[in-house]
Amino acid sequence: MLDLVWLIPALPLAGFLIVLLLGRKLGEPRAGYVATLMTASAFLVTVGVFIDLLSKTAEERSHVHTLFSWIPVGNLKVDLAFLADPLSITMALFVTGIGSLIHLYSIGYMHGDPKFSKFFLYLNLFVFSMLMLVLGENMLVTFLGWEGVGTCSYLLISFWHSRESAATAGKKAFVTNRVGDWGFMVAMFFTFQALGTLSYGPLNEAARDGGIAQSTATMIALMLFVGAVGKSAQLPLYLWLPDAMEGPTPVSALIHAATMVTAGVYLMVRTSPVLAIAAWHWAPWIVAGIGAATALYAAMVAVAQNDIKKVLAYSTVSQLGYMFLAVGSGAYVAAIFHMVTHAFFKALLFLGSGSVIHGMNSEQDMRRMGALRKVMPITGFTFIIGWLAIAGVPPFAGFWSKDEILLFAWNKSPVLWVVGLVTALLTAYYMTRQVIMVFYGKARWNDHAEENGAHGDVHPHESPVTMLLPLVVLAGLSIVGGAIQLPFSHASKRLETWLEPVIETAESPLKTGSEDIKWILAGVAVAIGLIGISAAYMVYSKKKVKAIEPNLLANAWYYDKGVSALMGGPGRKSFDAVAWFDSHIIDGAVNGTGKLVQGVAGIVRKGQSGLVRTYAALIGVGAVAVIAWFVFRGVAQ
Amino acid sequence: MHLAVAAPTTTWYLVLASLLFAIGAVGVLVRRNPLVMFMCIELMLNAVNLTFVALARKLGDIGGQTTVFFVMVVAAAEVVVGLGIIVSILRRRPSATADDIAELKG
Repeated sequence: MLDLVWLIPALPLAGFLIVLLLGRKLGEPRAGYVATLMTASAFLVTVGVFIDLLSKTAEERSHVHTLFSWIPVGNLKVDLAFLADPLSITMALFVTGIGSLIHLYSIGYMHGDPKFSKFFLYLNLFVFSMLMLVLGENMLVTFLGWEGVGTCSYLLISFWHSRESAATAGKKAFVTNRVGDWGFMVAMFFTFQALGTLSYGPLNEAARDGGIAQSTATMIALMLFVGAVGKSAQLPLYLWLPDAMEGPTPVSALIHAATMVTAGVYLMVRTSPVLAIAAWHWAPWIVAGIGAATALYAAMVAVAQNDIKKVLAYSTVSQLGYMFLAVGSGAYVAAIFHMVTHAFFKALLFLGSGSVIHGMNSEQDMRRMGALRKVMPITGFTFIIGWLAIAGVPPFAGFWSKDEILLFAWNKSPVLWVVGLVTALLTAYYMTRQVIMVFYGKARWNDHAEENGAHGDVHPHESPVTMLLPLVVLAGLSIVGGAIQLPFSHASKRLETWLEPVIETAESPLKTGSEDIKWILAGVAVAIGLIGISAAYMVYSKKKVKAIEPNLLANAWYYDKGVSALMGGPGRKSFDAVAWFDSHIIDGAVNGTGKLVQGVAGIVRKGQSGLVRTYAALIGVGAVAVIAWFVFRGVAQ
Repeated sequence: MHLAVAAPTTTWYLVLASLLFAIGAVGVLVRRNPLVMFMCIELMLNAVNLTFVALARKLGDIGGQTTVFFVMVVAAAEVVVGLGIIVSILRRRPSATADDIAELKG
């Protein structure tokens, strides 16, 4: 089964090709079923590989499957090869698993869309690219997938491209991601320069054994982090993710919550020895600092958003910041753990919000919702489970992973722990606010009926079964997902045991002081979560306290506007200056040479009178002169 | 020996050839009728041919005579092309002189 690892990305690729060639003929809903079937088959193969790996001893759980030599140029030899080890298979499992559920959901959500089959075309291409990213044995194969998911993200954000804002959001995502891709490429150049290979195996080995200079390792780690910051929407490059909500909601769930945006975290974990062992000791601090800052910043912004998807978008940015906080704190297992649980509950929340939007005829403003729990019972129930999971209420999945990250943050520095704790408080607060505004309180969906115009009377209704089934499955996973890593004993830490061969050396050990008080820390975290929930309850349900939603937060600290102003003002001017330099100085040199030649030629050409007799006379004079020269030379000698 | 004075020597031929060449050259430079200019060029070519033959005879070298044949062949070909061009120009502009045909002026 292990040799069939190539099938995992090949199946979605086959789905992509089938829908590409026959999409129109298949039509709705068969194109959707083909795509779903292919992703589900990839999931089954992944499960097979997973079982195969489980049956081996821990040391043997790393299998490289080479398809062919991709780029053999001089010293650079890059194979198209897949690496099946605990880390990549964990990623592949949840990418294909959640991917299948979201494919199924999309069949219901995209019902009646004129570009139905094209949507599944892109979706399958995305799953293929993501699996290449995850299963790549070297940086270049990962980069291939990295760019592939970026392209699919662009195509799917601007899926409804006739809408101006969707087209702009797609472009914004693409351009912002290029900044991060630059970092990834520079990291690859450094790796090749230092080691002569791009494979992860030799890179991590060199990092562990000191086979790589400290300065080089720091550069590689930080440049990879720049790539991760772009892809995983961290400060200062997070800007594209909130705008990416212009895409269809299943896309937001799959790409911009569960899978693609976690690629940066995956990359950092994949190359963990470089950051944790080989680099200078302050390098992890940068990662942890940016992660913590992003987590806190995005959580504050989420508090004041009124668009149901924008809240979840900022929440995703915030949770990704949590994962980078874990990476920077040396808690690689916790980062992957949170990535998996986050994929469960955030996909659930996004799909739930999609179900709400679907039922409300494309209304996204939470101020025009309320009391939807009664008309959409299953959506409401599953959404509430997702809310409990993200708010960190035990025993839901989010509690366990968040708790582990906080423990390691405390281990690194109490300052990071406090930032994480405040973020947890805000997370519980804004998620409770969202649940109350959408599902509880008074029904407000017809309050603005007359000014709505086109929207008119809204009759919310529950979604079809293809949409509800994924919700129920994800809700189940959000409840029990924490079971893969319970902190009670060594045996209950299944994820840690499983991932041990990959990241054992990079994981930072817990100081004894931290280990002892871990239950106290957990208690504080739960208390903070409950405080956040009850505060939001008082504000939005009981309305005893006036809501604090300053414009500053609603506009995300004017960061987006600031960047736009900077790029539109001074940035624009400097680009214009560069353009002027190009068109005047560079082009001037080229055109000047041409003008000079033209001018000289203009003078010389006057000699060509066009009179045949003049030419003949000149030839005669010339001939006489030549003969005279020969004759008189002879005389002179 | 008294006949020797009247017997043509190589010098005579060379003098004749240079006279013919000078007439041809002056004709090309002075006349404006393309057809006459063409005939003058033929005159110049034949003046050269005469020097070739005369010197070949004097030096006993067959190479000069061979060259003359080449010149005649090439001249014949040149006449075909040149006359063709001149006829087609004159057909379009019957009164054209060589000075009028200055389309390639820079």
